Amino acid sequence: MSKKLWSLGLLLLFALILVACSEDGTDETSTDTETEGETTETSASPQVLVFGRGGDSTSLDPAITTEGESFKVTKNIYETLLNFGEQDTTIHPGLAEEWEVSEDGLEYTFKLQQGVKFHDGTDFNADAVIKNIDRWKAGTAEKFYYFNSMFKSEGEDIIKEVIAEDDYTVVFKLSRPQAPFLKNLAMSPFGIASPTAFEKHGNQFESNPVGTGPFKFVSWERNTSITIEKFEDYWQEGLPKLDRVIFQVIPDNTTRLQNLIKGEIDLADGINPSDRASIEADAALQLIERPSMNIGYLGLTNTRPPFDNQLVRQAVNHAIDKQAIIDAFFDGGAEAAVNPMPSSITGYNDEITGYDYNPEKAKELLAEAGYDGAEIELWAMPVARPYMPDGAKVAEVIQKNLADIGMPAKIVSFEWATYLEKAKNGEADAFMLGWTGDNGDADNFLYTLLDKDTIGSNNYAYYSNDEVHELLVAAQSETNEDVRIDLYKQAQQIIFEDAPWVPLAHSTPLLAANAKVKGFLAHPTGSDLLSNVSME
Amino acid sequence: MLHYIGKRLLHLIPVLFGMTIIVFLIIRAIPGDPAQVILGQQATAEAIAALRDSLGLNNPWYIQYFDYLKNIVTGDLGESLRTSRPIAAEVWPYLAATFELALFAMLIAVIVGMNAGIISAWFQNSWFDYIAMIVALIGVSMPIFWLGLMEQWIFSINLEWLPTSGRQDVRDPVTAITHFYLIDTLIQGRFDQFIVVVKHLILPGVALATIPTAIIARMTRASMLEVIRSDYIRTARAKGQRMFVVIYKHALKNALIPVLTVIGLQTGLLLGGAILTETIFSWPGIGRYLYEAIGYRDYPVIQSGILIIAFLFVMINLIVDVLYTAIDSRIKYN
Amino acid sequence: MAELIRDLPQTVEQDKVAGPWKEAWRSFKKSKSAVAGTGIVIFFILVAIFGPMLAPQGINEQNLAIRLLPPSSDYWFGTDDLGRDVLSRILHGARLSLTVGISAVVLSAFFGSLLGIIAGYYGRWIDTVISRIFDIMLAFPSILLAIAVVSILGPSLRNALIAIAIINVPNFGRLIRSRVLAIKEEEYIHAVKAIGMKNSRILWRHILPNSMTPIIVQGTLAIATAIIEAAALGFLGLGAEAPQPEWGKMLADARMFLLNAPWAMVFPGVAIMLTVIGFNLMGDGLRDALDPKMKN
Repeated sequence: MSKKLWSLGLLLLFALILVACSEDGTDETSTDTETEGETTETSASPQVLVFGRGGDSTSLDPAITTEGESFKVTKNIYETLLNFGEQDTTIHPGLAEEWEVSEDGLEYTFKLQQGVKFHDGTDFNADAVIKNIDRWKAGTAEKFYYFNSMFKSEGEDIIKEVIAEDDYTVVFKLSRPQAPFLKNLAMSPFGIASPTAFEKHGNQFESNPVGTGPFKFVSWERNTSITIEKFEDYWQEGLPKLDRVIFQVIPDNTTRLQNLIKGEIDLADGINPSDRASIEADAALQLIERPSMNIGYLGLTNTRPPFDNQLVRQAVNHAIDKQAIIDAFFDGGAEAAVNPMPSSITGYNDEITGYDYNPEKAKELLAEAGYDGAEIELWAMPVARPYMPDGAKVAEVIQKNLADIGMPAKIVSFEWATYLEKAKNGEADAFMLGWTGDNGDADNFLYTLLDKDTIGSNNYAYYSNDEVHELLVAAQSETNEDVRIDLYKQAQQIIFEDAPWVPLAHSTPLLAANAKVKGFLAHPTGSDLLSNVSME
Repeated sequence: MLHYIGKRLLHLIPVLFGMTIIVFLIIRAIPGDPAQVILGQQATAEAIAALRDSLGLNNPWYIQYFDYLKNIVTGDLGESLRTSRPIAAEVWPYLAATFELALFAMLIAVIVGMNAGIISAWFQNSWFDYIAMIVALIGVSMPIFWLGLMEQWIFSINLEWLPTSGRQDVRDPVTAITHFYLIDTLIQGRFDQFIVVVKHLILPGVALATIPTAIIARMTRASMLEVIRSDYIRTARAKGQRMFVVIYKHALKNALIPVLTVIGLQTGLLLGGAILTETIFSWPGIGRYLYEAIGYRDYPVIQSGILIIAFLFVMINLIVDVLYTAIDSRIKYN
Repeated sequence: MAELIRDLPQTVEQDKVAGPWKEAWRSFKKSKSAVAGTGIVIFFILVAIFGPMLAPQGINEQNLAIRLLPPSSDYWFGTDDLGRDVLSRILHGARLSLTVGISAVVLSAFFGSLLGIIAGYYGRWIDTVISRIFDIMLAFPSILLAIAVVSILGPSLRNALIAIAIINVPNFGRLIRSRVLAIKEEEYIHAVKAIGMKNSRILWRHILPNSMTPIIVQGTLAIATAIIEAAALGFLGLGAEAPQPEWGKMLADARMFLLNAPWAMVFPGVAIMLTVIGFNLMGDGLRDALDPKMKN
C-alpha cells in the first residue's frame, strides 16, 4: 500500500483516458488502413460489410432452425434448388437450372447446375440432393420443423421419393399434388448442405455449416458476431463482390442506428420508422425499404364475448382509425390492411374495400348487437416486430378508438413468451399480433392463420368457418392457377364478412445503410442475399 | 484462519443447495413454454409437444429437479435449450465480458473514490470537500441506466469522443484467448486494439462505477476523519512530515478495512447489477445473457447462470472477509 | 422484586422515547442537508398529491399532430411520441413512483421485521432457517430476482412493487434480527422475563419499540433504492403498463427517440434523481440524528 502504488494507478488511469481521447481525433478508417494496409498494398483494401442486426442466430443449420435471424446468415452460406426473385417470391433457377412438372402434378424433374462445389470440396450432384432430402425425412418433427410443416400432411410425406436419373437430374415423386411445392423448395430452410460435412459433424453441424453459397463460414462469437468470407470457388462468375461479411448483434434499434451513423457498421436492420426522416436527410446514409410481405392485426377471439358476435367484430373494424396509426407509428411506411394478406400475394381479392373508419356506424352496430358496455382486455404486444414496430403505443391509440365508440378497454401485456402462450390458449379478448410470410403463397397466410385446423397453433383468433376450410383445403392441392386464385378470393370474401380480426397494416420494414453500400436489395422474406453487394 | 475458511465453506453448502431449489421453483413458476419459444411463432402444436417430450419437460417436476441436481453435483451445467450447446462452454465469454467491465469499473471506483475521500477528509469543510460530497450524493442517487443514456448522448453522439456500444471495433475484432480483451490484446501485442478496447470500456465503466465510487468516497472520508483526528496522525503531522506520506503511509492502512468491505460488497453487486448497463451499451455480458435466457425460458441457462453468479458472489464475500481478518488481526472470529 | 417491576419498564421507555426523540429532532433540524432532503421529499409528496391538479394537460390527451415537440412555452418539457405533454405526465408520475417506493418499503419492512424478530427472539432452528433463507436471497443479484418475480406474476406496476418488496425483505430482516439479539441481552429484558412476562408482550412492549429507529432510518434509505428499482423495472418493460406515466417507462419510451428528441429523455431521469436525492439526504440526516452508531 505504498504511495507509489496509488500514484501509479492514478497515473495509469489518466494516461489511458488521455490516450483514448486524443486518439479519437483520427478517423476510424485510418486505424483500418494501419492494420490491414500492410498485407494488401497492391489491391484495394478488402471489401468488408458489417451488417448490424437485433439478435444472434440460434443455429447455422437452416434445416433445424425456424428463426429469421438464422436464415439471414444461412441464406448466404447455402443455396436452394430454386431461388426466389430478387425482391419477390417468384420462382427462379437456383442449384437447379431447369425443371419440369408432370401433368398430374405428382412428378417434378430438376436439372442440376454442373460444376458446383461445396465449401469443403465435395461435389454438388444428384447424390447430394438425395442425401439432404433423406436427412430431412428421417428427422423428427421437432428437429426439422420446416420440412415437416411444409412437406408433410397428417404425418404422411408429400415427397414420396427422390430418384437420381443421372448425376445431374433428380426426380421428386409426390404422394399428392401440392400447389406451392416449388415455392416451398425455395425457402431458406431447404438450403442444400454438404453431405460430407453433416455426416462428419453430426450434432455439431449447426456450428460448422458447409454449403455451396457465395460465402463460407469463418467464425461465430455467440451473441456478438458471425463472420463469413468470400468462397473463392463459387460457381457464379465474379460473385460475391464482398470479401467478408460480419453480422454484428446490437439489440437496441436506436443504438444500432447510432453505430451506423458513426460508421461502426455499414448496414442496419430494424430501423425505427420514426428515424426515417433523419436518415433521409443524412447524405452519408441511405434508407432501404424491405418490400412488405406481412400483416399486423388486432385479433378478436371469436369464442369469447363480446367478440363471439359478428356485429361487434364488424363494429370494432369500423372503429379503428388505421390511417392515423400508420401515420404516427409507421411514419406512413405501411399500407392499411384490408385482407389478411398483402396485395402482392397472388390470389389477393382487391374487390373487397374493407371497413371504413366510421365511429358512428360502429356505434350503431354495437347497439344492434346489444353490446352491454362490458370492459374488454386489450393485449398489447410487448416486443417490436417488423409488422408492429411499437405495439404498446398502437394499443394506446386503439384503446382510445374503442373508448370513442363506448367500448372500455384495459391494456394488458405479458412477456412475449407468456403472451404467445396465453393468446394461443384463447385467453385474450382482443390481442395484437402479426405474421411475416415464409414463401409468399396465399396458403401461408390464409390457411396458416385462419383455418379451423390451425386453431391451437397459429389461428390465435379461434376463427372457425367450415366453408372457408373447404375452400382453403381445396386450394392446397389445386394445380390450376386460375381456379386456385378464385378459391382464395372466395375465402377472403367470407373472412371479410365474418371479420375475425381487424387487419391493421402491411408495414414496410426499414433498413439503413452507409451511402457507400451498393447493390443491396432487401428481400421480403427477411433473408437477404449479399452476393451482389459491394462497397464503393 | 484455515479453520475459519473451512467453516465458511461448509456454511456455503446449504446456501447453494437452497439456491438450487429456489431457482428451480421460480423458473418453473414462470408461465410460458420454452418449447414454444424455441420453435417460434410459426410452430405447430404437435411439434411443440414433441419438443417438450424430448427436452424432458413432461417429466414430473421432482424428477426434473433431481436430474438437474445430479448434473450440477457432477459438474455438468447442462445444455442451453435454445442453442443446444453446453452451458459450461457457452458461459465463459459472457462472464469474462462482465468481469472485465466490473473490474474496470471497480478500478475507477477505488482510485477516484478513495482519493476523493482522502482529500475531502484532509481538507474537511473546504470547497473541495463540499463539492465532492455533493457529487457523491448525486452519485448514490443516480439511476445508472439514465446516466448511461446521457453519457451516450453527450460523449458519443454529440462530442463523438467515444464509441456508443459494444466491446471492440467490429471491423478489427480481437482474437479471443482469455476473453478478457484487455489481456488478449496485450498478449498479442496489439496496442492499437488495446486502446480501442479501453475506449469501449470507458462509458459503461463510468456508469457502472458511479455508485461504488460515491460510496467508497463517503466511506473513505468518514474513516479517514476518525484516523486523522487520532493522536498518532497529529504527531506525525506536527513532526512536519509531508501530507502525502502521512496519509498514504499511516492513515490509509487504518481506513482501509471498512472500505474493503464496501469494495467486496460492491464488486459482487456489480456482477449481477450490470444488466441495465449491459443492456444500454450492448455489452455481451452475463447479465444480458441471463436476462435474454429468461425471455427465452431457457431453463438450464437461467438455473446454471444464476447459480454461477450467486456462487461468485458468496465467494467474493468470503475472500473479503478473509482479507479483513488478515489485515486487521484485531477482528476475531469464532 | 416489586420495585423492579415498577421501576424498570417506565424508566427505560421514557428514556428511549421522550428524551432521545427530542434530542434527535434538535440535531436533525441542525443538519442542513437533512432539512434540504426533507424539503425535497415534501415537495415531491405535494407534487404527488396535487400534481394532477396542477398539470397543464391531461396525461392521456393524445394529439398525434404535435408529436415530439421540443420544450417551449406551451409545453415546458416538450411532448412525447403520442403528442402528450411531458410535464403533465411527470407530475402524475410522482404519485406512481412515490406510491411504489413507499408501499414496497413498508411491505418489506413489515415482513422483514416480523421475520427478523422471530428469528432473533426465538433463536435456535427457527433462526437458522430464517437466516439461511435470507442468505440465499441475498446471494441472488437483486435485480435478477426482481425480474424473475415479475416474470412469474406478469409485468405490472403492482407486481413490480411486490418484487421490490420481496428483494428488500432480507435487508430489514437481518437488521432487526441483530438489533433484537442485542436488546435481548440487555438487563431489563432479562428482568421482565424473569418475572414471567409473556413472550408476545415482551416483543410488543419492549423489543419492537426499541427496534423502530433502525427501521425508520433503513426504511427512508430503502425508499430511495426502491424508487430506482421500480424505474429500472419500468425501463426494462417489466413495470408500469401503458398508458401509466411511470418515470422509468417514460425513459424507455424516450430512448427510441434519442436521436430526434433527446429532451424527452432528460426530464424523467432528472425527476427520478431528485426524488432519490431527497430520500437519501433525509435518510442520512435521520441516521445521524437518531442513531449515530449506525453511521458506519
